[in-house]
Amino acid sequence: MAKTLEEINEKIRSGNVVVVTAEEMVGVVAEKGAKEAAEAVDVVTTGTFGPMCSSGVMMNLGHSRPRMKCGGGQVRLNRVPAYAGLAAVDIFLGATALPDEDPRNAVFPGGFRYGGGHVIEDLVAGRRVLLEGTAYGTDCYPRREVATWLTLQELNECYLFNPRNGYQNYNVAVNRSDRTIYTYMGTLLPRLGSANYCSAGQLSPLLNDPHYRTVGVGTRIFLGGGAGYVVWHGTQHSPSVERTDRGVPKSGAGTLAVLGDLKQMSSRWLRGASFRGYGATLVVGLGVPIPVLDEEIAASTAISDEDIVAPVVDYSKAYPERQSKVMCHVTYAQLKSGAIEVDGKTVPATPLSSYPRAKEIAQTLKDWVADGKLELSAPVANLPGADAKIAPRPMADHPPRG
Amino acid sequence: MTTTQVSHKVVLHFPPTATGQPVVYTLSREYGLAFNILRASISPQEEGLMVIELSGSEKDYGRATGYLKKIGVRLQPLVQDIRKNDERCTDCGACVGVCPTRALVVERPSMKVTFDPDACVVCGECVPCCPVGAMELQF
Repeated sequence: MAKTLEEINEKIRSGNVVVVTAEEMVGVVAEKGAKEAAEAVDVVTTGTFGPMCSSGVMMNLGHSRPRMKCGGGQVRLNRVPAYAGLAAVDIFLGATALPDEDPRNAVFPGGFRYGGGHVIEDLVAGRRVLLEGTAYGTDCYPRREVATWLTLQELNECYLFNPRNGYQNYNVAVNRSDRTIYTYMGTLLPRLGSANYCSAGQLSPLLNDPHYRTVGVGTRIFLGGGAGYVVWHGTQHSPSVERTDRGVPKSGAGTLAVLGDLKQMSSRWLRGASFRGYGATLVVGLGVPIPVLDEEIAASTAISDEDIVAPVVDYSKAYPERQSKVMCHVTYAQLKSGAIEVDGKTVPATPLSSYPRAKEIAQTLKDWVADGKLELSAPVANLPGADAKIAPRPMADHPPRG
Repeated sequence: MTTTQVSHKVVLHFPPTATGQPVVYTLSREYGLAFNILRASISPQEEGLMVIELSGSEKDYGRATGYLKKIGVRLQPLVQDIRKNDERCTDCGACVGVCPTRALVVERPSMKVTFDPDACVVCGECVPCCPVGAMELQF
């Protein structure tokens, strides 16, 4: 018998809701079958904790006396430049931004020890951050320079915004060349010396709702340790990729744009990170609750690592050259065993996304729902599905005439 | 009389004059020491550096250090150490693939990352590879 979201929320309010994590749901459905599981379980919680470069913080600095128009000027936080092309004191700090004086890859591979992601972690941890800014001065905003220490609590609105997060499946990265390469998928040893993957697999949010039946614009989620929202489909959302018989995408597919109040978050779930030779970024904790409205959703949330396949891609050639060559597909069960077979060779497989932390997020979200701290929200608009036939386009190549 | 057995991890600094000599062979053959080379490198100025574990009787070890001094090899106890900061570590696993001795491993089924200092040869590869700065080189 199908349930409505309102019935589930009523159970949350009365303290009778049954919540399990996506990992636990595998066993529930194996034991009871999807039909009975749909009646027994109301909510399945998911989680993922991985590096996400498409992260940043929108903040309002408050007005100084005399006033200063940072918009059109320049601002830096702990030497890391933030975007100031907005109103007077609204700025956006991106996770991959680097101080001007960072040597980047001039001495290869660069270390990228401090960037935007680290400033975000410092802010969330309550540490003070140095704001420096210059402006051109106007009649109504005469001040031209500022330097002051700030803390998160002293800022006005401050929210984390991920234009893209929660990638539904992802590549497994290998290196077929003869030298070690340094990528956003970590350090990859030569001649298929290592394989790195980056998904929570069976706990990953969108792998548990493969056709975006319950998650959409307005879905309330766990973000960085606080409650946030899905606000749009994420950039490079690609729902029409090839899928397995169970409807699970066989490569990177759907993505989410998410937003949440930074003041509710914690540095346990937002971590500045450095990828050697690649850059600075932010590791973001994300969890999505899935209402078990019917048998089909119960079956989808019972997806296990054996059922999810990921494409193995060569990051020494195929990826940088944007060739759509997939060497082979492997399951997350194989990846998590610690070794995969590629070209007849046994390759050690290591994760970049923390499974223990993903599990902790799903457990935390389970507690929030069970304790009535988080009610489920119905999407106000659906995410584009496989039938929308949208796919990321490559960059247009129309160079200007010299 | 009983002989005391010793085992020391040491750093040997070879001057250019000594890099052509079969030093490790001599330590083993003439002084009866068991050896385990943990790291070896020669810098552009032809200065050699070797991190080595030497085991044998205390007496032989003492004679061997005398020999090393005589040929100009500077001997320094290994005081570098890799530490895993569990507060920073997020159990992601990025370090595991680059660790040559499997001192860093993913435990299964928990998928937690564990570090075995005894298996570590202080190559330092994990330090810049850890995205969140949890692997620390200590002196």
